[in-house]
Amino acid sequence: MAGETLTRMDLAEAVHREVGLSRNESAELVEGVLRMISDALVGGESVKISSFGTFSTREKSARIGRNPKTGEEVPIHPRRVLTFRSSHLMKERVAAGNRR
Amino acid sequence: MIRSELIQKIAEENPHLYQRDVEKIVNTIFEEITKAMAEGHRVELRGFGAFSVKKRDQRVGRNPRTGHAVEVEEKHVPFFKTGKLLRDRLNGK
Repeated sequence: MAGETLTRMDLAEAVHREVGLSRNESAELVEGVLRMISDALVGGESVKISSFGTFSTREKSARIGRNPKTGEEVPIHPRRVLTFRSSHLMKERVAAGNRR
Repeated sequence: MIRSELIQKIAEENPHLYQRDVEKIVNTIFEEITKAMAEGHRVELRGFGAFSVKKRDQRVGRNPRTGHAVEVEEKHVPFFKTGKLLRDRLNGK
């Protein structure tokens, strides 16, 4: 499998190509979309993008962890984690595209 | 928040853009991410998170109804790992 990595720049380039906005403005819009999604999640909302997937947050309670190297016990504080559940369509496309 | 609400918010922030262009922008971003993963690539969005493809090995599964063993082929699944900045923000840091 080719290990190519895309970044914000590639997404901005796609917006520039598809919509015809300047590269600069395209980059700002990519940033704006990521910020909107982040803000909604931080505010406790989940973000559901049809045919892409759903971002949602979950509360994890405190537990005792262990440093795997030293075996030392360390408290893990309660925290909020983000999970992404991909849509069936995305799962199908990723499975089909990577099939040998 | 759903896709149409996201489009609405971006449109409000960018009153100089046509609504249909905002739709195209938002759709292009998600399409580009999906397409990259379908090609086996990674999409790394610093501060937000990274989308990648994980390989699930071939295994022997079971039909939950009949209990028969069935061969499940190797497959690839999408995966998202939250970025450090967003993880910290979710926890009020």
